[in-house]
Amino acid sequence: MKKIIAYSRITDTLVILNGKPCEITFSCEIGPGRLAEIYRFLEVNYPKFFKMDNFSKAGFLASEMVLRSLHYDMESPDESTSVVFANRSSSLDNDKRFQETISRDDYFPSPAVFVYTLPNIVTGEVAIRNKIMGETSFFILESFDAEKMMIFADWAFSSAGTRRVLCGWTEYLDGHSDLLVMMVEKESDKGFDFNKQNINNIYRT
Amino acid sequence: MIKPLAYNIVSPLGFSAPDNYAAVRRGESGVIPWQDPAGTPIVLSRLDREKLQDAFERQCKPSMEYTVPEQAMLLSASLAVAEAGIDPASARTGFVLSSTKGNIELLAIPDHGFGRERIHLWHTAGLLTACFNNQNLPLTVTNACISGAAAQIAALKMLENGLYDHVVVTGVDMASDFIVAGFQSFKSLDPERCRPFDARRKGLNIGEAAATIVFGKADGKGISLIRGNVRNDANHISGPSRTGEGLFRAISRTLEELSPDDIAFISAHGTATPFNDQMEAIAFARAGLDHTPVFSLKAHFGHTMGAAGILESIIAFMALEEGIVLPSMGYEVDGIEGALHVSTATVQSSKKYIVKTLSGFGGCNAALLYQKHS
Repeated sequence: MKKIIAYSRITDTLVILNGKPCEITFSCEIGPGRLAEIYRFLEVNYPKFFKMDNFSKAGFLASEMVLRSLHYDMESPDESTSVVFANRSSSLDNDKRFQETISRDDYFPSPAVFVYTLPNIVTGEVAIRNKIMGETSFFILESFDAEKMMIFADWAFSSAGTRRVLCGWTEYLDGHSDLLVMMVEKESDKGFDFNKQNINNIYRT
Repeated sequence: MIKPLAYNIVSPLGFSAPDNYAAVRRGESGVIPWQDPAGTPIVLSRLDREKLQDAFERQCKPSMEYTVPEQAMLLSASLAVAEAGIDPASARTGFVLSSTKGNIELLAIPDHGFGRERIHLWHTAGLLTACFNNQNLPLTVTNACISGAAAQIAALKMLENGLYDHVVVTGVDMASDFIVAGFQSFKSLDPERCRPFDARRKGLNIGEAAATIVFGKADGKGISLIRGNVRNDANHISGPSRTGEGLFRAISRTLEELSPDDIAFISAHGTATPFNDQMEAIAFARAGLDHTPVFSLKAHFGHTMGAAGILESIIAFMALEEGIVLPSMGYEVDGIEGALHVSTATVQSSKKYIVKTLSGFGGCNAALLYQKHS
């Protein structure tokens, strides 16, 4: 039976790790400033974070919380872990930013912004941070769907040698966050069952 | 194992797979002079809008207005579905869309009149199922340049797990100002037709296309998609790994026990950027494929992004079916360090397997294994 061995949830108002709300007091309004506040609260030391677009920052933070709570070995190359995310708005948050750089009157496209106009970049950021060499995939759905999450994780598990899948919903648009990231393990004696009811329960908290 | 029942390519080289394949066999290219949004001359493989709209209206008889990428997607899917003779409205038929940027062009047009949701990829996928009166929730795969391979792997899992009896996989992307400006800012465009694996290669050409494969369960005849894998470099979000790590791992997982001697050819990604092509050569050599013929189709079609994995798989398995290895157009002077067997002429091959590879931003790499049954 597949188990969720750790999970995180980030919304506009909540930051939750393994069921426990983080005692973080936001000083900024809802928006990108809060991502930097979460970064500082978690005491992450990863300067590359500040190069990322806001959508990647959000996905990175949700993943970082899960992996750190598992004391994930970030130093050893690991092909047995896979990263599979999905969302509704792709990288539209950053696409809008890039579009502003190519308007007719003020044409100055930036490669540093363009690279983040793909939603799967966040899976790459998590892979780089943790030396994860397994599968990385990104899917788009109109809305959160627990059954689809299970299907995506199953597909990743069916690739030879895959033992863990970091899967989740990583939605970020116009300053609003809606993320659920779960580490799912194939054969684990800890955690709780990776099923529709449990996924929906933790998504709705 | 799954089987392509029918397939289509909509590109500047034609609106059917046989037309595109024949154009490739004749050494034709869709790459034409164009300009970037700043007016700088570039080249790209561009679909003629009028021809596309004519063909789309004839085939799909639309009752509303569609954007250019939607027209290409629906034309390609409709032609393939019609040829496959499946019931596209059936609950047992699934749809997978592969695209990186879909309707991104709408971002530049504040009053486009298509509604707020039209920009979303899930909406584009919804138009695909709606076109066939299919009630299933479509899936969109958006995994940078490997999307078309990831979409085929999704179809493989859907069919093997019994989710559907048929899966329609359609890829589409256009050379919007957004994408052209982005690649231009990366300085990764060759101002002339691209030269994959050649010493004079300077970068890629962007290409426009839609491509569709209708998959069903394999029956031990014709062509089959055996398996595919995706692996990450864990190295850099926009630069290929110096050791070809992810691609090497994706190929190794996909070849399994097969010997390099069983492989007729590799249809490589071959974007013609200096780093990508070198990285691929390293990965192929590490996987023991340094004597296996390799070609890139990018000089014919440009880099068709979300469509690339599907379009190039179709051309590759048509060559496998014919029993030939295609030449790698644009390659003349060896420009790779280390061993690599770039195909320079059309040659016969009786081998039964081919490998299709792709690599993309985000450090992702994919390998697919196709087989011809005798």
